[in-house]
Amino acid sequence: MTSLSLVRRIRARPAIVFDAVTTAEGIAHWWGPDAGPVLVSESDPRVGGRYRVRFRMLDGSEHESSGEFLEIVPPEHVVMSWRWKGGQEDPGESRVEIRLRAIADGTELTFTHARLRDDESRRSHEQGWAASFDKLEAHLATGTAAS
Amino acid sequence: MVNYQERLDRTFAALVDPTRRAILAQLERKAGASISELAQPFAIKLPAVMKHLDVLEEAGLVTRSKSGRTVTVRLRPQPMREAMAWLRRYERFWPERLDELAAYAESKEAEARSKER
Repeated sequence: MTSLSLVRRIRARPAIVFDAVTTAEGIAHWWGPDAGPVLVSESDPRVGGRYRVRFRMLDGSEHESSGEFLEIVPPEHVVMSWRWKGGQEDPGESRVEIRLRAIADGTELTFTHARLRDDESRRSHEQGWAASFDKLEAHLATGTAAS
Repeated sequence: MVNYQERLDRTFAALVDPTRRAILAQLERKAGASISELAQPFAIKLPAVMKHLDVLEEAGLVTRSKSGRTVTVRLRPQPMREAMAWLRRYERFWPERLDELAAYAESKEAEARSKER
């Protein structure tokens, strides 16, 4: 796996989910990892527009993530670059993709956070990256590899 | 010194190719292998295998050591552990965020419905 994928069924129509994902007001409601306050939430949801969210956690630490909207098709999908600011290690830029599909009682949301560009990710999935990586991972977990 | 994010990108880029993953899988089963041993299962020529080994070595995923005429290739798993740690960090983070997102969107939906009535 070069990416993390999650699927959620939400009892709300796609347009509402889309706004929750892309607007500053929406982002402020779900981005922070604990009950600490969201300090800044800015979003310019159009291709090339940027977003920025800063929050303080209950332990007093402050974190900021920001990026650019790369693709945006309301109310169906949004692709954005994503990076943390601050902290000891900056893991660099990654890519978040959210796809929305209307279902009977609301929306099915498919979320992907990938390290790689889209074409690379897709190629890796087609070629069964996941299975071989999982095997290697299982092996490494046993700690028998020469290091 | 290559920084953390460049290392991560190199690791993921190295691992995306199926031949390179197969080479790593081979090395996983043995403590070390010669280049011709590694090339054997593939329908590609030795120089192509060498190129893959260059990429893997640059990403820090293998080491090559020469003894006489034989080059021994060994697996070096640290970069993969780093890549896994990157994924794990988000494996915890995102499910919780999406739960919050769902709760928020559902409250907005309820609001919209009560207005529509």
